[in-house]
Parts: sequence; C-alpha cells; structure tokens
Amino acid sequence: MGVFNVNGSYYALLNRCPHRNAPLCKGPITGLVQGPEPYKIELTREGEVLHCPWHGWEFDITNGQSVFNPHRVRAKSYDVSVEPAGTANATGEAADEPDPSIETFPVTVEQEIVVLHIGRSKPNRLPAASGAAPASAKE
Amino acid sequence: MTMDTITAPEVGGLDFGQPVIDADISVSVPKTEALLPYLDAHWREYIATSAFRGAIDGSYPKGAPTSALSGTTGPDGSPPGSSLAMVQKQVLDAWNVEVGILNCYYAVDGLHNPDTAATMAAAVNDWLTGEWLEKESRLRASIVVDPKIPAMAAKEIERVGGHPGFVQVYLPVQSEAPYGSRRYWPIFEAAQKHDLVVSLQFGGSPGNPPTGAGWPSYYLEDYAAQAQIFQTQLLNLCVEGVFDQFPKLRIAFVESGWTWLPSYLWRIDKDWKGLRREVPWNKMVPSEYVRERMKFSLQPLDAPPDPRHMQMLIDELGSDDLLMFATDYPHWQFDTPAEAMPAGLSETQRRKILSENARGFYRL
Repeated sequence: MGVFNVNGSYYALLNRCPHRNAPLCKGPITGLVQGPEPYKIELTREGEVLHCPWHGWEFDITNGQSVFNPHRVRAKSYDVSVEPAGTANATGEAADEPDPSIETFPVTVEQEIVVLHIGRSKPNRLPAASGAAPASAKE
Repeated sequence: MTMDTITAPEVGGLDFGQPVIDADISVSVPKTEALLPYLDAHWREYIATSAFRGAIDGSYPKGAPTSALSGTTGPDGSPPGSSLAMVQKQVLDAWNVEVGILNCYYAVDGLHNPDTAATMAAAVNDWLTGEWLEKESRLRASIVVDPKIPAMAAKEIERVGGHPGFVQVYLPVQSEAPYGSRRYWPIFEAAQKHDLVVSLQFGGSPGNPPTGAGWPSYYLEDYAAQAQIFQTQLLNLCVEGVFDQFPKLRIAFVESGWTWLPSYLWRIDKDWKGLRREVPWNKMVPSEYVRERMKFSLQPLDAPPDPRHMQMLIDELGSDDLLMFATDYPHWQFDTPAEAMPAGLSETQRRKILSENARGFYRL
C-alpha cells in the first residue's frame, strides 16, 4: 500500500495496478496534463497523478480513478485520516487501547499517526473489465 | 481484345431483396477532351497547344487483376467507369441501387502547379455535376480537391459544396503529410460547414513513397501498402485532435479494407492509455472516435475462407454501424456477386450494411 502526502492531505492506494497487478506505487508522480483544445497543454494538479511503472496508466491519487476512464478503471483507494498520537481502533477512530487487528502505517507527522481505513475501501474496478478481481485488502 | 477481357470475371449484380446504397462507385475521366467544356478559354488553348494532358497518373493500372472487371470497358474503348449508361446498367440497375456515390480519382495531387491542380479539380467537379449528377438522380459524388494547399481545396469545397449532389470530399489516402496535421484543417472546416463527409480513399500521387521503408519495386507492394497508410491516417486524425476540433465532422475510409481494424484499434487504444498525456485534448480512446465518427466501405473484404472467422472479425469491430456496402465498381474485388457481402450476418447487420449506415452518415 502507498500513502501519499499531497499538500498536507493524505491518501492511500493499494500497491497494485488494476490492469496487470504491477507495483503501482513505484511509478512516478506528476501533475495532470490537460488539453482544453487541440495543441493546448496545461499542467494542472501538480503531484496528484500516479503513473503505473509498467504501462503508464495514470491514476488520480486523491481517489484512485484512472485518468483515461475514471468511472470504469480505478486503483483501489482507502480513506485516510490523521489522528492524535496514541492509538486507533479498527474503525479508525481514536481509542484508548491499541487494536491488534488493524495494521497501521506510521509516518512522522508531528505527534500524530496516519490511519488507513481499510475496511472502507472505495470500489476498485467495475465488472466486465479484464483480469482477476484484486484480493480484498481487508484481510 | 483488351487484357481485362481475358483475365477478369464478368461484371454482375445481385438483388439483396432491398434497395442498397453503394458507397463506392469509381468513375474515371475518359480523356482530357471530356473536361474541355468545363475549362476556360486559357486552359482549352493551353491543352490544345502544349504537351499537358491533365492529371494522367492513376492508381489502377490497366490490366492489373485488381483494376477492372471484364465487360466494364466501353464499346468505344473508353476506360472502365467512364460511361454513365454503363454505370446505370451495370451498377444502379444490376444491384438495385437506391443511391450510389461516385468517387473519381483524378490525380490532381500529382500536379505540382497548385493553380493547375485547382483548375483541373474544378473542371472534374463540374464534369461530375454536368455529366453524372444532373443526368441521374440516384447518383451522388465526392468533391475532387488537391490537398497540397488546403486553403485552395477549401475554396473549391465552398464553391461546389452547396450542390445537393455532393455529399463528400475526396482525399487520396497517400498524402504529403498525415491529414490530421493542422495544415489541412481548412479542408475539414469547409467540409463540416457544408455537412459533408471527408473521405480518404485508396491511392494518391503526392510524391511520397507509399511506405515508410521507401519506394517498393512492384505494384503488388504499392497495392498492399495502402492498408498501413490508412492506419497511419486513422490514428493521426485522432491524436491531432481533428475530431475534437470539428465536433460534427465525419470521416469515411473508402477502399481501405477494414479487417485490420480490430487488431489495430486494440493496439492504439492500449498504447494511448499510457501515452495520452501527449495528446490530452483527446477525450476518449481512439477506437471511440472511430466508432462515433467514422465509417468504412465494405470492399475490399479480405474475407477469410471460413465464414465463422468473418463473423468473428465483424464482432470484434465492436459496432454494427461501421460498414457501408460498396461494389467498388469497376474494380475487381470479388469474383461472383454473392461474395459482395459477408456470409452469416444477422438481418439487422445486413440492413445496416446494405443501406442504413450510409443513409445516416451521408444524410441521404
């Protein structure tokens, strides 16, 4: 799984491209290249697009949607919240005692931890696309 | 006795149980003199007193077993596809044609003087109007232009584009530069304005070799090379943004073959997904532009021997709306009339291919 800090907001994507299961998070991060009309190129949303290292498919880091077909092809994306230092329970909410069933991915952000809400993953890829459905990250 | 009467099958026809729209009837200017009534005094004099005989290049060499069916040469020796009476009898009547679209490859793109080329193109368009369209209500035609200086081509489209007989612009598929290039946009703009289809058609004399590997030695190579030129043009039209820039433009590929489409569309869609930031004005994968905005003449069919394989190819197109029936008269694309249509089509597919796809596309 990859956790991304985009201008202070945190996002998490499964390290698996929905196309051929490549290690998505190892690809380069760029802005979103847009073309409002032929031959006019605008670089927008710098740092918000992740490219698969294999075939170059682009994904919106903030929601996992592919750029070329956002509603049908998505990388698996997870909610992320930043909680006070200490602990979090399985629902991602701060708790008094650590919950051993949840995997947490600590990063250094002042005195807080980033919590991945893996039980609430967003849809990955709609049916009828090719390939096996990715295994659930929940287990 | 001419060569073609020895080698080629006899021209024929077939009634499919419904009127058809023939998207490709090839016509030829029989001889330079036929254009004289449509040229001004200067050019009549110039032709009479110089070696200039008009645009005499051709993409269909006489005697090649691809060029003409037997029985299509006129009784006076006039070239195949140059007689209205024969087209009426051998195409319009023989195939129960409701509307037939005339495509005249007159090689103005091979004339290096752009003013001469424009003059001859205009003469051919007026010849098409005077000798064909105004004499036979079942006929429509493609506007002949020289694409070298697109503004001049656009001017010719403006001149005749309002005539109801013209439904299309004729561009030879072999070009100086790929047609998506913005240098050619005046042509697309004029066509869109007049609600005309722009067609890319087999052949051309732009001075470029027909392959990226340089000049081949034989006509067989020239003939077979056309499919990859069409492929190049198809992708170029997509990625240069022609369909984005001209939202109402429709493009026809005529005599391009189409059985290469499934594998080619798969390839360019696949690679577009990783490379689309080069062309971010594209709003969808290339195949979607093709399915929304393009159609293809049915012949040549390149039919595999097993009809089941043909059905697979048609399924792989991903749309029943892409193909338009065409005899490609007088070219020899099939040996018997029954081979003019693929076997094993559904009734809906048959009706669409025989008439409805072309009807909507050409606003017939």
